[in-house]
Order: sequence, then structure tokens, then C-alpha cells
Amino acid sequence: MFDNFVVPNLLPAAPELFLAAMALIILLVDLVVKDSRRTVTFTLTQIALVGCAAIQFYTSTGEVVYTFSNMFVDDLMSDLLKLFLYMTMIIVLFYSRGYVLDREAMNKGEYYVLALFATLGMMVMISANHFVTIYMGLELLSLSLYAMVAMNRDSVVSTEAAMKYFVLGALASGLLLYGMSMIYGATGTLEITGVAEKLYGGGANKTLLVFGLVFLVSGLAFKLGVVPFHMWVPDVYHGAPTSVTLLIGSAPKLAAFAIVMRLLVNGLITMAADWQNMLIILSVLSMAVGNLAAIAQTNLKRMLAYSAISHMGFMLLGITTGVVSGDARYALNAYSSAMFYVIAYVLMTTGSFGMILMMSRAGFEADNIEDFKGLNKRSPWFAGIMLMLMFSMAGVPFFIGFFAKFSVLQAVVAAGYMWLAIVAVLFSLIGAFYYLRVVKVMYFDAPVDDSPLTASTDMRLLISANGLAVAILGMFPQVIMSLCAYALLRSL
Amino acid sequence: MSNYPLISLAIWTPILAGLVVLATGTDRNAPLARMLALAGAILGLLVTIPLWTGFDVAQGGMQFVELKTWIPRFNINYHLGVDGISMLFVLLNSFITIIVVLAGWEVIQQKVAQYNAAFLIMSGLMNGIFTSLDGILFYVFFEASLIPMYLIIGVWGGPNRVYAAFKFFLYTLFGSLLFLLALMYLFIQSGGSFSILEWHKLPIALGAQIWIFLAFLIAFAVKVPMWPVHTWLPDAHVEAPTGGSIVLAAIALKLGAYGFLRFSLPIVPDASHELSGLVIALSLIAVVYIGFVALVQTDMKKLVAYSSIAHMGFVTLGFFMFSAMGIEGALIQMLSHGFVSGAMFFCIGVMYDRVHSRQIADYGGVVNTMPKFAALFMLFSMANAGLPATSGFVGEFMVILAAVKFNFWVAFAAATSLIVGAAYTLWMYKRVIFGDVANHHVAELSDINNREFLILGVLAVCTLWMGLYPQPFTEVMHASVNDLLRHVATSKIQ
Repeated sequence: MFDNFVVPNLLPAAPELFLAAMALIILLVDLVVKDSRRTVTFTLTQIALVGCAAIQFYTSTGEVVYTFSNMFVDDLMSDLLKLFLYMTMIIVLFYSRGYVLDREAMNKGEYYVLALFATLGMMVMISANHFVTIYMGLELLSLSLYAMVAMNRDSVVSTEAAMKYFVLGALASGLLLYGMSMIYGATGTLEITGVAEKLYGGGANKTLLVFGLVFLVSGLAFKLGVVPFHMWVPDVYHGAPTSVTLLIGSAPKLAAFAIVMRLLVNGLITMAADWQNMLIILSVLSMAVGNLAAIAQTNLKRMLAYSAISHMGFMLLGITTGVVSGDARYALNAYSSAMFYVIAYVLMTTGSFGMILMMSRAGFEADNIEDFKGLNKRSPWFAGIMLMLMFSMAGVPFFIGFFAKFSVLQAVVAAGYMWLAIVAVLFSLIGAFYYLRVVKVMYFDAPVDDSPLTASTDMRLLISANGLAVAILGMFPQVIMSLCAYALLRSL
Repeated sequence: MSNYPLISLAIWTPILAGLVVLATGTDRNAPLARMLALAGAILGLLVTIPLWTGFDVAQGGMQFVELKTWIPRFNINYHLGVDGISMLFVLLNSFITIIVVLAGWEVIQQKVAQYNAAFLIMSGLMNGIFTSLDGILFYVFFEASLIPMYLIIGVWGGPNRVYAAFKFFLYTLFGSLLFLLALMYLFIQSGGSFSILEWHKLPIALGAQIWIFLAFLIAFAVKVPMWPVHTWLPDAHVEAPTGGSIVLAAIALKLGAYGFLRFSLPIVPDASHELSGLVIALSLIAVVYIGFVALVQTDMKKLVAYSSIAHMGFVTLGFFMFSAMGIEGALIQMLSHGFVSGAMFFCIGVMYDRVHSRQIADYGGVVNTMPKFAALFMLFSMANAGLPATSGFVGEFMVILAAVKFNFWVAFAAATSLIVGAAYTLWMYKRVIFGDVANHHVAELSDINNREFLILGVLAVCTLWMGLYPQPFTEVMHASVNDLLRHVATSKIQ
């Protein structure tokens, strides 16, 4: 019965296997750790992530390697995205630590274990070459996040957010699966590279494919949180405990970018003309709704949620311009711009939510824009850090956000979509308004409470480093830009 | 000398000085912050002086060129250089920075370190704008300079500062975003280069030239500002602290005008010719209509702000007649306006610090209590009105002379502004300075102190020097302006 069973090549999936093992070990170790000594769990979690990064780094060959019967792929794009993923998770957990310690319901080992499982889910998504693998990774991520949102179980808002997230997330998963099944029906394979080959050969039922594509794109749009599938984003960002919002708002964007690349670019590139038009609509709507709705917000987390919607819309612009009337000459430029955009965005958003976490104390969330009033008086240094983050988000140089916008825009212009570039630029002008308002509150207004900040030293150091990275990488964006371009060159 | 990266020094010295000043922290160290800021500003000026002394006036091209790769992924370079057009503005900017630091010496008591740091950093960024030879480098400096100005208006400004700061930022951002798209289009057209000098040689079809010109026009017109996109300027000026007004008027407005010479004219010469009528019309509206608007202002700062718009109208008018006389006149006008409007805003600041009002109606008979001040203010008012022997006259005269050759009616309209300009400036002067002592505030005024006298004295010397002997300034520009004109005269349509 097992005659033709071959042990698959485990090396490409070594980080995933390591992390899965570590997550289980930490879950066991945590059983014997008292609440007061949760640092042990925290440290082990960080070690696991650093270990993953090391394994990733040393097992990377730079070649495209398939394993587990072509269900799993390890290429340079996934290596790079995963390295940024580990880095983001390490930072996210550092930022969360003080917040979690102050809140009893959240100071549990599960918090860290769920975060690790979410990471594992994202890693699987990034490396998926099979519809089922994508779905598995996505559900592992989503289920961990649903639980984390609800972790502060005495909070009505959090519970409501978790319910919303769960119901809508399940719906989105359903759409995605439905789309996948239709594409399976048309091509007879679930393997992404297989789908691409089949479509290249021609002869597949076009109607079925387009229907499948619509569902697929809708499902992806849900996960990316772009209009008109964005309803969950503000509520979940707002309702979730800030440390979980930070997690939801940062690393999963990397994974979402990866599955968009895997499904649409690796799998369905021959249908680019169809999905690019869908993405253009999603993107323009997201920039419009995201930027306009953000203006009306008084809650910083909600504002950043709408800003996330608009940023994801902007990122999609890069993906929409890869193929111009059948000509894939611009593909590398366009996709690497979008990848750079995502990485830059994750860096900025981590810092912004980190600032909210740093300002909050036990019993005080600091998630209203008003809570930042007069920050320049209380702490000029951190006001400066937040200023850099906000201007970077608005796309003002010398910060990395400018070059992120720049690289996507030049891809759009190069592809000949001048009108799209003008639309994007006008909406980022509108967007600048609400980022400026945060700066205004910090610098122009008098503080409401004069108490100095109480955050711990490591938090202060890390958030300073995060803010400075936004500025320094803004002055020297070449490194990450060329890394993205190189990784995609070797992977596509 | 030219082996040293002089231009980099001119850019980064003030910025580093600004960061050092920022590091002094809270207002307990305010005296230290002021001293450091002054030292940084003086050092900033000193490093720019070799640019003038080492400048070869016979050469029209770029000098002191620095070229390093910055972002090879998009072929963006750290490419700097000055020619006869930009060199003087670097000096003017570095000089005005000293004035600004001194102007805030006693007045600014809140967040002193941040105030001075903002100005120093902005000074460096603006030197970067004037010397960038790479489109994206230019854009980066151009945009980044909005941040310190936004903070200056918003933190140290008047009662309506928040509105003014937002208006300033969003207006200018709007202009520059379309400019960015034009840069990207040129990048694609030129086969992947952001070098401004290469764009000068790039052939472009007329249709595309027109679009690029319009994108440039929006960006620079907002910055100049030209009618009808000028409305941010009076608000920004009125609300900004004195130092902010000085920098805005003396330097920031020049950035837009400079952009026309560096981008619009040489990159899209055919469109510039094609649409020169539009720009000339807008300029004349600014000169004449805004002149009348200035006449009815009751707020002194607003009045000078409107007069700035009118004066900048002369500048754009001079550019788009495509003659050496017109362009050189416009450049002289820009420099002169840098000194004169800076001085005017400082004079208003002097009175505001004492009376806390900018309304003309709250003054009268100031000469009785502040004779020294009145004398200097007189000089600058005359210069603002374009009286011969002051710097204000030289530029306007040259532009009008060029206009006479170009078209009599244009010259006629432009010349009326001399009358209107004299009217609004001198009428304001009369109402504020002469007459009986209006109220007890004026009666209690004390004359300018040594610091204020020093600032106004230095500016007065500059104003008179440019008015009586403009030769050293025009000499520097000559070769570059001729180069530019030769370039503009050649069609790029193939």
C-alpha cells in the first residue's frame, strides 16, 4: 500500500516545521508557567521566531523548489517575505508585551501560542502552490486571529469585533473556496502551477473560469480589506485589543500580498486582462472610501483602519499594471513595486500602532486622536517619531512612504495608465489631510494630561528604532527596493 | 577649491546644525539653543561664500557639480550643481537664515530649540532645491521643506494658525503631486533618466509638452504664487510668526519662480512659447489686480503679502517674454524682493511685538516714538514701491524695459503697477508712521534696540547696494541666462 510513498523533501519547509514544533512545545511549557512568570513564554516565543529567521536564512538556496507533491513552494520571494514576516512578528510581540502584562485577561500563554500559529499560517500562505495549501494557511491564520480578537473576553466591543470578524471572515473563505472549486472544474487541477499550464494550453471553459475568478478576487479582496469588501476592517481594528490590532494590521498584509501573487500572477496570469480590471475598480474605490472616511474618524485605530484600506488600494495599483495588453514587459517592475509598498507599509503601520501601545497604560487605551494632544510638550522625541510615521504614511519625503508611493506610481505611469496615476495622486492629497491632523494635535494643541510617558525602556528603544528606520530607509530605499526586484526576478 | 563638496556643505551644514539645536531639548537651554542656531546659521552662510568667490562668470553651465548614485533601481542620482541662476539664491537663502534666527531672538520664548531647528533644517532643504540637478532629488527637497514650514506656522503662528498651516500644506502638496507625475512621464520618455540636464535635451512632441507644461505650471504657480492660486499666501503670512513670514516671502516664493527657469522653459520650450500668453496674462492680473487688492487691506501683513504676489507677477512676466533683459530683470527682482519683503515683514514684526496688532488703524504717529525705526522703514517702503536707487527699482525697470520691446500694452499694464505699488505702500506708511500719536500704545513705544537695528541696517545696505550697483549680480547671471535663452529658442519637436 505504501510502496510508492516517498519521504518528501523537508528542507524547503524547515522553518514551518520548526515553528510548528516550537509552538507545541511552548504550549506545553506554558502549562507549568505561572501568570507572574509569563516572561518565559514570551522569551521562548521570540527565540522560536529568531530561530525561524536563522533557518530561513541558511536554508535559502535562491532556487525555486517544490515539495510535498508540488503543494508547497520555496522561492526567493517567499524567503524574503518570510524574513520580513518574522521581523514584523518579533517587533509586534515586543510592542504588545507591556500592553498584555497590564491586562490580566490577555496575559496568558495562549496569546503567544496563537500568535505563533498565526505566523505559521502566514508562512504556509506565502509558500503555497496549491489551492488547499492556501486555504489551510489562511484558515490557520484567521482562526488564530479570531481567538486573539476575543481574548479580552470581558470586553463587549472586543467580543463583538471577534464575532463580526469571524462571520465575515468565514463568508470570505467560502467565496474563496467557491472560486477555487470553479477553477478546479475548468482546469481539473488544484495546483497553481498546474492551473497556469492548463490555461496556457487553452481550451478551458472561459465562462466557468471567469465566474471562478470573480469569486476568487472577492475572497482575496475580503482578506486584503479593500472596498467594497472592507466593512469588517474598521470595526475589527477598533474593537480588537490594540496589541491584536497591531498584529492584524501588519504581518498579514505580507501574506495577503503573497497569496494575491500566487493565485493571480502565478496561477491566472493568462487571465490578467480580466482580473486587472477588477483590481483597478477595487483599488480606486478603496482609495476613495478609505481616504474620505478616515477624515471623519476621531478614533486613531479606526482612522488607521481606513488608512489601511486606502493603502491596500494603492498597493493593488502596482499589481494591476503588470501586464499591458498582453505584454508582460512591465511585470517585474510592477510587482516588485507592490512588494516594496507592502513592506514599507508594514513598517509604518507597526510603528503607528506601536505608538498607541506605548501611550496606553493599564485602564487607558490612548486610542483616540485626542489622546495625542500636546505630545510634543510631554515628549518631543516621541512626538517626532510619530511625526515621521505620519508624514511617511502621507507619502512625504524623506520617508520610506514616499518611495513606496513613488515606485508604485512610476509603475502605473510606465504602463501608460496616466489617469489612474492622477486619481491615485488626488486621493493621496486627501489622505494627507488626516495624517496632518494627527501632527496638528501633537504639535499645535496643548496637552490634556501632563503626565510623562511610562513605557519601558526596551519599548522606547524599539519604537525609536522603528521610527528612525522609516526615515533612514527613506533616505536609502535602494536596499529593500532591489531586494524585492531581485527576489521576484528569481521567483517569477 | 572646487574639489570640496561645497554644495553638499551648503545643504547639510544647516540641517546638521538644526539637529544639534534640536538636541538641546527643553526651554531651560533656550539661550544655548539660540547661540547654537546663530552659529549654525553663520557657518551655513560661510560655507556658501566660496560658491560666489570661486564662481566662473564666463561659464554658463553647471559648476561645483557633485554626482553620486543614490537609488540605482530607478537611476536616481545625488546630482548637485549651481549656475548663474541658482547660485545667488543659495547665498540669499543662507543669509536670510541668519536674519530669521536673529528676528526670533527675543520674541520666541516657547520651544526655542524646535523653532530655530525648523528654520535651519528648512534652510538646508531649500539650498537643496536650488542646487538639485536630479528631478527626484529636487522633488524630495521641494516636498520635505513643507514639513518645517507647516510646523512653523502651526506651532508659533497667530490665532488662526491651524487653518493657515493646513491650507499652506495641502495647496502646495496638490501642486507638487501633479509635478511628480510629470517627472515620471519624463523618466519614461527619456528611457529611464531623472537627470534634469538630460531632459533639457530630450525631444518631446508638442501635445505632451503642453501637458507637462501645465503640470509644471500648477506646481510652480501655487508656490510663486500666481493668481488665481494665491489665496493660501495671505493666510499663511498673516498667521506665521515673523521669521516664518520672512522665509516664506524671501525664499519660499522664489522656489516656484526658480522652477520655471529650471524646468518649464528648458524642458518644454515649445509649450512655453505656445502658452506664454496665458502666463503673461496671469502675471498681469497679479500685478494690476492684486495691486488694487493690496490697496484696500487693513492688516499690514496682509498688505505686504498681497504686494509680494504683485511683485512675483513681475517675475513671471519677465520670464515669459524670452529676452535676456526680462529674465535678468526678473532674477534681480527675485533677489531684491528677498531683501525688501524680508525687511518689510520684519518691520511689521517689530511693531507687532510691541503693540500686538497688525491693523493699520491701531497705529499712527509712530515716527514720534520710534524715529530710527521710521527712517529705516521708510527706505524699505520706498524699495517696495520701486523707487530708483533701491533694489526694487532695478528689477522692475528691467522687466518693464523688456516688456516695451515685447508689447507696448503689456508694458503699459505692468508700468501702472509702479503707481499702484507706490500708492499702497506709501499710503500704509503714511497712516502708520505719520500723523498724531494715535493711542497710548503708540505713545508707549520704544525705539528699536541694537539687535533690530543691526538686522534692518544690514538689509538696508543690501537693498541700496543692489539698487546702486547691480553689476556684480547681473554679471553672475549673464552667461547662464544667455545659455538658457539659446536653449529655449531651439524647438524640441521632431
